Amino acid sequence: MATISDHIAAGTADDGVGQPLTAADGTPLKKKLAQANRRARLRATLLVAPLLLFVLITFVVPIGQMLVQSFYEPTFSQVLPRTTAALQSWDGRDLPDESVYAAFAEDLKDARANRTIGQVATRVNYAHAGSRSAFTSTARKAERFEAPFKEALIAADEDWGDRELWSAMKWASQGYTSEFYLAAVDRTRDVDGNIVMVEEYRQIYVKILLRTLYLAGLITGLCLLLGYPVAYLLASLPTRTSNLLMILVLLPFWTSLLVRTTAWIALLQSQGVVNDILVALRFIDDDSRLQMIYNQTGTIIAMTHILLPFAILPLFSVMKTIPPSYMRAARSLGATPWTAFWRVYVPQTVPGIAAGVLLVFILAVGYYITPALVGGQDGQLISNFIALHMQKTLNWSMAAALGGILLATILVLYWLFNKMVGIDRLKLG
Amino acid sequence: MSLPSYAGPLERTWYYAFRIICAAILIFLITPILIVIPLSFNAEPYFTFTPGMLQFEPEAYSLRWYEDILRNGMADPDAPKGWAWFTDLWQNAQWIRAMRNSFFIGISATIIATVLGTLAALGLSRREMPYRALITSLLISPMIVPVIITATGMFFFYASVGLASTYIGVILAHAALGIPFVIITVTATLTGFDQSLIRAANSLGADQTTTFFKVIMPLILPGMISGALFAFVTSFDEVVVVLFLADIEQRTIPRQMWSGIREQISPTILAVATILVLISIGLLTTVELLRRRSERLRGMSPG
Repeated sequence: MATISDHIAAGTADDGVGQPLTAADGTPLKKKLAQANRRARLRATLLVAPLLLFVLITFVVPIGQMLVQSFYEPTFSQVLPRTTAALQSWDGRDLPDESVYAAFAEDLKDARANRTIGQVATRVNYAHAGSRSAFTSTARKAERFEAPFKEALIAADEDWGDRELWSAMKWASQGYTSEFYLAAVDRTRDVDGNIVMVEEYRQIYVKILLRTLYLAGLITGLCLLLGYPVAYLLASLPTRTSNLLMILVLLPFWTSLLVRTTAWIALLQSQGVVNDILVALRFIDDDSRLQMIYNQTGTIIAMTHILLPFAILPLFSVMKTIPPSYMRAARSLGATPWTAFWRVYVPQTVPGIAAGVLLVFILAVGYYITPALVGGQDGQLISNFIALHMQKTLNWSMAAALGGILLATILVLYWLFNKMVGIDRLKLG
Repeated sequence: MSLPSYAGPLERTWYYAFRIICAAILIFLITPILIVIPLSFNAEPYFTFTPGMLQFEPEAYSLRWYEDILRNGMADPDAPKGWAWFTDLWQNAQWIRAMRNSFFIGISATIIATVLGTLAALGLSRREMPYRALITSLLISPMIVPVIITATGMFFFYASVGLASTYIGVILAHAALGIPFVIITVTATLTGFDQSLIRAANSLGADQTTTFFKVIMPLILPGMISGALFAFVTSFDEVVVVLFLADIEQRTIPRQMWSGIREQISPTILAVATILVLISIGLLTTVELLRRRSERLRGMSPG
């Protein structure tokens, strides 16, 4: 488009009169061009708009809702509205005064009637472990409480004389909370609102995050190590042969993830094919079969196998474009085969390496199915804990917070991928 | 890459060593996929080769796990094979129902993804498109964001709008996951697209619709079809979203395999896996043929 505008500009300068060029219907050409451009833009936008809307509704909004869930948890203020209001004025230094206890006793009665006390008990229990029973047992006696409520409640359960529990309740009463993100990095607030580490035995998430990054890194490294030679071989063979061998890479790529995972279970389990072969060859005894699955080893082997095509394909498409004469030129100039390879060939494959490494790493960090099926205890990744909180403990905000952290990691990597490789240059098949 | 005649002994050794290494890696890639095929014919409920299988005794092999695929869940699997037996099979057999669900959800999601994705790819490949890079990366992101996050978000959102445990919910979710593949493949066919063909069609009197169906569509069709196949496979292979969003009513094949692996692992899974491997061989062949056709059409064939 720039060329046409230049042309018009030149035309205006050339005729010298200063009269702008006009289209057949008399409108200035410049205006006409702007109109045409606008129409073309509009047409392109209209083509994209339906899909954009679809993706926004079915994909972006849900993820947004997950992020909201990760720092907004209004159960407490919904179930115990009077307590929430009364707690606003509590400064947290001493036990709350009678008005708070009175409001709480009143709320407990309602919660008991509406059967919502369990939700609130669970909610506070996230922040103050072990407080669940105090809620449920006290609610059972809620009908019988009389003023002074403070004494009555503490008599019902001595936990109500615990300043830490009240502080946890105050935090929970504010719908917006960073509590779940803090918990996701093994931190919590103490009674004075300072951020501290949780007890040693409850510190798991940082370990899981680090393990996820470590395993993803290790699997990426293995994929690069195994993928590079194969991609090199495929790129340097004649097209007919390489197309044939390519099937061996593409077939796994097209095969269902669950099929491949099942296959690895059949191969690696203690009564499986690999162990049977090792026993038959007398490498190991029948009673000392190797435990290669349902642990970290299983996760590493199966995930490397599943992600290997994602490393080979981008490497191959870059290597295919490198003329073999460069290596020959290096050799003829006196380079040893290793020097020619390392100094001439490898630097040219860096875009392929970057694409493959980032793609495999991004996919590995968020993997769920394979670790869940073959990972056992120590092969679980962060995704498995998201699923655990979604399906077993039902602590959805915790799941959302872990998801938020994982999402942030992925987005940084995706941004990096876009910067270094460009998502529009990604090819499939 | 043949061995040059001037290669020294070291180079010669490395040449063969390298090929052996590559062969080993390729074997690592393909073995797990091929191993399930013979194992699925095991007559015993084991996941490994029995001595009888290794000696090729005919009675060590059987089709019982394939029969099991059909019988599982049927009200009366031993009834005489008539109309009643077939209705029973079609209605009640777990794997058959899973297969019906998989195809229904997969095909519906593919149609949505392909239609919307192709239109969007046409728009995105125009230079006039504003914010092209930003929108492209947004539309591709369902492929990059881990499915567990997508599924978690969809669980919250779809439950709040009443789409959880419905076919529509799963179909919409799978369509969103398949869209990036359609965009990538159709955009790839459009990069070599000669825009002057459109102008030629216009100058010969064709209107927009005719131009699209007679000129553009035949040229991008290979890309559309392989994008559609990718989208279908994505849906056909997807289990996390189904785990989170679907009820027992919407169980798909991968979902059924998932509970099979977790709960009562039996060689039936291997029989299903074998069938899926055959399906993927079919899909791979189709995509490969389409790719070659597309290259030939655009004059990019290496010959």
